[in-house]
Amino acid sequence: MKIGALTEVFPGENRVAMTPDSATQLAKLGHSSVIQAGAGAKAGFSDAAYAAAGVEVLADAKAVIAAADVIVKVRGPDAAELATLQDGQTLISFFWPAQNAELLEAAAKKNLTIVAMDMVPRISRAQKMDALSSMANIAGYRAVIEAGNNFGRFFTGQVTAAGKVPPAKVLIVGAGVAGLAAIGTSVSLGAIVHAFDVRPEVAEQIESMGANFVFLEFEQTQDGAATGGYAAPSSPEFREKQLAKFRELAPEMDIVITTALIPGRPAPKLWTEDMVKMMKPGSVIIDLAAERGGNCDLTVPDQKIVTDNGVTIVGYTDFPSRMATQASTLYSTNIRHMLTDLTPKKDGVIAHNMEDDVIRGATAAHLGAVTYPPPPPKIAAIAAAKPKEKAKELTPEERRAKEVAEFKAQTRNQVGLLAIGGGLMLLAGLYAPASFMSHFIVFVLAVFVGFQVIWNVSHSLHTPLMAVTNAISSIIILGALMQIGSGSFLVIILAALSVFMAGINIFGGFMVTRRMLAMFQKS
Amino acid sequence: MEFGFTTAAYVVAAVLFILSLGGLSGQESAKRAVWYGIVGMALAVAATLYGPGQGLWWLSVVLIAAGGVLGWIVAQRVQMTEMPQLVAAMHSLVGLAAVFIGYNTHVELASVQGMDEAARAAVTGFAQTLVHKLEDPMAGALISILRVETFLGVFIGAVTFTGSVIAFGKLAGKVDGKAKKLPGGHVLNAAAAIISVVLLVVYLQSGSTLALIGMTAAALFIGYHLIMGIGGADMPVVVSMLNSYSGWAAAAIGFSLSNDLLIVVGALVGSSGAILSYIMCKAMNRSFISVILGGFGGTTGPAMEVTGEQIAIDAEGVAAALNDADSIIIIPGYGMAVAQAQQSVSELTRKLRAKGKNVRFAIHPVAGRLPGHMNVLLAEAKVPYDIVLEMDEINEDFPETDVAIVIGSNDIVNPAAQEDPNSPIAGMPVLECWKAKQVFVSKRGQGTGYSGIENPLFYKENTRMFYGDAKKSLDSLLPMIE
Repeated sequence: MKIGALTEVFPGENRVAMTPDSATQLAKLGHSSVIQAGAGAKAGFSDAAYAAAGVEVLADAKAVIAAADVIVKVRGPDAAELATLQDGQTLISFFWPAQNAELLEAAAKKNLTIVAMDMVPRISRAQKMDALSSMANIAGYRAVIEAGNNFGRFFTGQVTAAGKVPPAKVLIVGAGVAGLAAIGTSVSLGAIVHAFDVRPEVAEQIESMGANFVFLEFEQTQDGAATGGYAAPSSPEFREKQLAKFRELAPEMDIVITTALIPGRPAPKLWTEDMVKMMKPGSVIIDLAAERGGNCDLTVPDQKIVTDNGVTIVGYTDFPSRMATQASTLYSTNIRHMLTDLTPKKDGVIAHNMEDDVIRGATAAHLGAVTYPPPPPKIAAIAAAKPKEKAKELTPEERRAKEVAEFKAQTRNQVGLLAIGGGLMLLAGLYAPASFMSHFIVFVLAVFVGFQVIWNVSHSLHTPLMAVTNAISSIIILGALMQIGSGSFLVIILAALSVFMAGINIFGGFMVTRRMLAMFQKS
Repeated sequence: MEFGFTTAAYVVAAVLFILSLGGLSGQESAKRAVWYGIVGMALAVAATLYGPGQGLWWLSVVLIAAGGVLGWIVAQRVQMTEMPQLVAAMHSLVGLAAVFIGYNTHVELASVQGMDEAARAAVTGFAQTLVHKLEDPMAGALISILRVETFLGVFIGAVTFTGSVIAFGKLAGKVDGKAKKLPGGHVLNAAAAIISVVLLVVYLQSGSTLALIGMTAAALFIGYHLIMGIGGADMPVVVSMLNSYSGWAAAAIGFSLSNDLLIVVGALVGSSGAILSYIMCKAMNRSFISVILGGFGGTTGPAMEVTGEQIAIDAEGVAAALNDADSIIIIPGYGMAVAQAQQSVSELTRKLRAKGKNVRFAIHPVAGRLPGHMNVLLAEAKVPYDIVLEMDEINEDFPETDVAIVIGSNDIVNPAAQEDPNSPIAGMPVLECWKAKQVFVSKRGQGTGYSGIENPLFYKENTRMFYGDAKKSLDSLLPMIE
């Protein structure tokens, strides 16, 4: 099949859905690629680079649409663009079918197959094509960079000859992919980072990234993970508690990055006007939810504003596009993975398997019918969280008591064994003849020495140990040697055989041990 | 005077043997330790040849030399991957020798008992010791003890012999490695053991040759059936257990011959094998009894379901990750030995280390088919031993490791042992390689390993499956490491 990538028509969109790298990978699946001239220019990929990767560069969108079977894009098409597509073509891009019902109808009428990258279900198998996550990751990073750009101070605290610089305090609201990326970036810049999320189970992730989890005292915590890794709307009481906590934090924070989104709803208002008023002049708010109305009351989408008390509020909605090269690389890889799943035999033939959870979930229109919304996936998105059993922390006294008990048990064991062993020895001594006892004592002592010595043998030398014990166990040859001088013919034959076999063992065992040990070398 | 010299030589030999085993605590001292063993053995044999009552010494020397040449040739030719079967084969020789010597004692005893006073005075050598016993005031007790000792020596020797032959067959692939039992299972073993005990009583009363032969047959059967019932991955325990048996056989023979050196060495070898078995069992979190009785213990519930998919990766992907990684841990298993991939592993290690990466090996105690098998294979391929670490030394380092490469191992890296209380291997200590940032598993294909237990590691998000023959996969990797 021919995969074609178009130049994005949306104003200010710099990303591109195919890179020279992804085209090379697509070729391995048996697909050939075409691209519109200049499509990658704003993302830093020249037409020459595409041509070098074996991509056919065509002059305009029309030519690409005419040549390709599958069209890949970043932004979803508008009505005009959709109209230019050929009937029966496949389009892979963001689509937002919930918000674009009319467009979806039009697409179904044209018999288009729409694979919406935003509808990829959140199951672990589909992570490699989860474009929302890869874009959110970039947005989180960029949000911190943007904040730094508008913030007049260092992130990290310093003590210099010219005076002391306090570290910046950053609050991240919402620890999804974007939130975690923002935490990681601001921690590595040296800021003191606090993070909040309504899902208590992400506390661990937040702390693992080096931020402090803002803990909310609230009894009835809800299981946000049940909705496929997204947060669910919270109860009014919870919200009140949450806002009170934010009010408490607001005066201290230098930078606030909000990333809270609830699927299919406008962004929740979490940073109210009075909190903005409480903040110090020069503080920065980055609202990553601006596209869906913003988490902050004062956010103006696509704009940067400065409030009366000197707080900068950034409401850009195109963070990934601002890092077009990185975003295009990740997005094109997501697309490539989607095509890998669509081409199971790697023979360049697309098999649109509607039984597959991932493909079914992402397909919004297929064979002239609207297939949105998809049925729930067969596999639960995230395994239900299991109650964790915590190892009981022992107090020093308890630990001490335990140690003492263990020591006592050990002593009791040892003394018991000694007593039993000694008793048996005495019993044997009472009845057995003296000559037997002398051998028996030698035996017991040898076993004892053996146990003491062998525990010290290094693990890596266990094979040589076996070979050497093998060789010395042929000490049994002594028995044969003592008997071989006997008169009986049968005895001589058996003894001779034993001597022969033991001889093999002695030489073989020692030789092979030496060979092995000679191989052990230090670097 | 001559007798005193022999005893003195035995004492020296015994000390040398102890030093020889003790020296194995470190790689450097081990090289010296082998020489202690060799000298000890030479001293013991020479002293016996020179000692009292020795006849036919020329025959002995010729036979030792002939056996020695054979042993030498075998030792030179054997491949390091074949080490487990060689060790098993050598155990069988010791077992058989013990059986023969036990029979000799029986024959001699019978003939001495049949002699009159004059004839008894005339005998020399081993028969003389027996005569001393017969003339002792406590002759009755001494003869009974002698019979028990001989009986035991033959019994353990016979079990060791057939057991080792079967173990050899399984390890060399000549006998099917799967656990197999005759109908009746352990009841048969128990029956054979009971028959042996009954025959012991009979033998004590009568000294009948038939009883001895009957017991030998029963013991040979036990050895055969016991080891047939134990599967491939439990072989490390079997081999070390047989090692232990061969030692106890020697000790029993030593008692019947009143030879202290035999007793000492037999006890040393016996305890050494017992400790090795114990270590192996501990490493699998299973009791010795459950290994010997074969098969895995019953599961207590349904195994945890494994969700997700195994994601494959090609050589380029692995090479790219290795080029980016700073610290790498390689976990070899029996699969590496089967594919003879140790040279490729070594070459890969050399290249990665030349680039300044921290490459180490993590060895699980039961990796391979012999205790310490992996260490020997890696040493053969010239991997320096100071980067080859045991499980306890390295398990804590996985979270700071960029890449873990699993080559041909399965159960020893199975997270189910920790996560799933219903898993048959629950509680077994495993290498926690899934804590590394990325895990590559080199494996021939999908499917479970020897134990048939599903391995959730292969489905983890940070795991990539590198399918193919281990040697070919690694060789394809080598040119891409720059």
